[in-house]
Amino acid sequence: MRHVFSVRIGPAGFRVGSDWRQPIAELEDLYRDYPKPDDDIPDFTVRLFAARPWRRFVRPAVMIGGDFTIPDAAPLPLALGLLAAEMGMNLQMALAQRRYLLLHASCVERDGRAILMTGESGAGKSTLAALLMARGWRLMGDEFALVDPATGLIHGFPRLISLKNESVGVMQAALPDARFGPPQLATPKGDIRHLVPDARSIAAMAEPAVAAHIIFPRFGFEAAVREVPPAETFVRLTQASTNYVALGERGFDALTRLVGGVPATAIDYPDAATAIAQVEALA
Amino acid sequence: MTARLLVAALRDPASTAEFNASGWTALISAARGEQMIGTLAHRLAGLPMPDAAARILEDARVSAEQGRIAALWEAEMARRALAPLGMPVILLKGTAFVAAGLKAGQGRHIGDLDILVPQDRIDDAEAALIGAGWEWVKPDPYDDAYYRRWMHELPPLIHRDRDKMIDVHHTILPLTARPRPDAAALVAGAVEIGGGLSMLGREDVIVHAAAHLFADGELAGGLRNLWDVHCLIEEFDEPGFVDRLRARAKLHGLLSAVDRSLRLSQWLYGAGAPLTLADRLFARRLLGRDSWGRQRLKATEFGFYLRGHLLRMPPAMLARHLWTKWRKGYRPPG
Repeated sequence: MRHVFSVRIGPAGFRVGSDWRQPIAELEDLYRDYPKPDDDIPDFTVRLFAARPWRRFVRPAVMIGGDFTIPDAAPLPLALGLLAAEMGMNLQMALAQRRYLLLHASCVERDGRAILMTGESGAGKSTLAALLMARGWRLMGDEFALVDPATGLIHGFPRLISLKNESVGVMQAALPDARFGPPQLATPKGDIRHLVPDARSIAAMAEPAVAAHIIFPRFGFEAAVREVPPAETFVRLTQASTNYVALGERGFDALTRLVGGVPATAIDYPDAATAIAQVEALA
Repeated sequence: MTARLLVAALRDPASTAEFNASGWTALISAARGEQMIGTLAHRLAGLPMPDAAARILEDARVSAEQGRIAALWEAEMARRALAPLGMPVILLKGTAFVAAGLKAGQGRHIGDLDILVPQDRIDDAEAALIGAGWEWVKPDPYDDAYYRRWMHELPPLIHRDRDKMIDVHHTILPLTARPRPDAAALVAGAVEIGGGLSMLGREDVIVHAAAHLFADGELAGGLRNLWDVHCLIEEFDEPGFVDRLRARAKLHGLLSAVDRSLRLSQWLYGAGAPLTLADRLFARRLLGRDSWGRQRLKATEFGFYLRGHLLRMPPAMLARHLWTKWRKGYRPPG
C-alpha cells in the first residue's frame, strides 16, 4: 500500500496501510508518543482503500479492510479517514482478539486498581473515562478492556479517546492543554473528535491492573446507585464481549473469575459531576 | 506475490529462519487471508522465531483448537438430530478431517458443518434438522427455489441458538454441472469414524476436494484445499493408492480435476511436478495474494469467477441466472 503507519496500543500491534496520505499523517501526529509493534511484527493489519482505482481521486471514499472484515461495511468520505482507521483497528480487535477476553468497556486505573465501565452506546463510557483521566486517573482505554484468562489481570487498550457530540466541548474545557484530532463531523454516530490520552497513560499502557470494580453507568436519569449481583453482571458482560463465545471454556473461566471476585454497581446519573462523585465514592 | 511465502513456509518450515520482520508480517497476513494461519502455526510449532510471531501463531493455534471443539460439537448435534432416521451422518471437509484425526485437520479453519445424506432421504433430513432448531437463511424465494432444483445441497440452514450453519449435501457437484458424480457410490463407500459418525472413503475424500476446487468453485480458498489434498495423499499413501484414486475419479467423471489437484498440490507443497499451461493459470490465481493479504490480479480473479459459473451451468442458463442476480443487486468481484 502507498502509505503505511504502525503502532502498538496496549498489547496489540497494528499496521495501517492507506491509499491516501491524509489519514496516515493524522495517525502519525496523534500517535507520535506511542511505541512501535513488538519486534516490528504487528498483530493485525488494517487497510484503507478506494473501492475503485479512480475513487482515490474522484469523490474519494475510504473502504475499511484488513485481516478481518465484515461484509457490506459502508465507505466513509476521506475527511473521516482517521475515524476509518480507528474503526479498522477496533474491528480487528473485536473480530480477532483471542489472547484476552475482550469487554466493550472503558477503563481507568489508580494505585494498581482498575475500574471497568460498561454500558450501551450513549451511557457515557468514554466521557467518564476521559474526565477521570483529567482528575489524575490513568486511562486504560475508552473502548475495550482485556481480561487475561491466565492471570485475571486487566490489560489496557488506550487508543485515542473517541468523544462524541457535547462531550467534545466538555473535555476541551476540562483539558485545555490536551491534544485533539481533527473534527470528524456528521459521522454515523454524530460529530466525533479524538482526544490523545495523557503522557502517563501512554507511558504505562503495557502495565496491567487488578480489576477492582465493575460499573454500569446510565446517563439521563435521577442519581441512583444499585448493587448488581454476580449472575446479572455475568450475563451483562457476556453481552458486552465480542469474543466470549469464541474463547469457549477459557472465556467462561475468565468471566466467572472476574464476576466472582469483583463487586459491580449500576449508577444512574443526570450530569457528569454526579457520575464522577459516584464512581470515586466506589473506588 | 506473497502467497508464495506462505507456500514456502508450509513446504519447508525451516525456510522461515531467514525471515525478517516484514517477511513475518507478510506471511501472517497472507496466511490470514487464506484462512491458513492455524495450519501455519501447527507447521511451524517449536521452530525459532521472533517473540511477536510466536505469540501470534500461538493465539492462532489455540483458536483453531477451540474451532475444532466447536466443529465436533456441531457434528454431534447433527448426529443427535438425525439419529431417529437411522441414516448415516457422513461428514465432509474440515469437520471430517478433525473427527477422523487426520493431518489435514491440524490447525485447520472450519467454517460450516457439511454433511452428505442419501439423496432419497434428504427431505427427512431437512425436516429432522428443522425440528431440532435449524432454520432457513435464504429469505429470497428465487435463491431457495434455485437451490432445491439445481444445487447439490439444501439451502443453507442455521441453528437458531448456536448460530452455526449446516450444509446438507446429497451429492458433491451441482446438478447443472457436466460431470455427474455417483452419489450412491459416495454414500455406499463411506466409512465409520466412531461416535456414530462417518466420512467418505479415502479415495472419495480426495475426489470431493478436487471437485470442489476445479469443477465447481472460483478457486477461492484453493491453497487451503490443495494443502488438504497434499496431507491426505501423504497420509493415505500406500502401493496402488493413486491408481485406485484415479479409477474412482473416473467413475465420478472427475479424473481431470483429480489429476490437476495432484499436480498442483505436488507443485505447491510436495517435491514439485510438471505443470500444463492451464495449470499455470490456476497457479497464478492461487498465488494472487500480496503482502497486505489482498487478492490482487483482479482480471484473473474475475476470469475464474466466470469460469466457475460456466462450469456450473450451461451458458443460456448462466445468462438468465446472472441477469436475475444482477437485478437483485448482486455484483461480481473485480
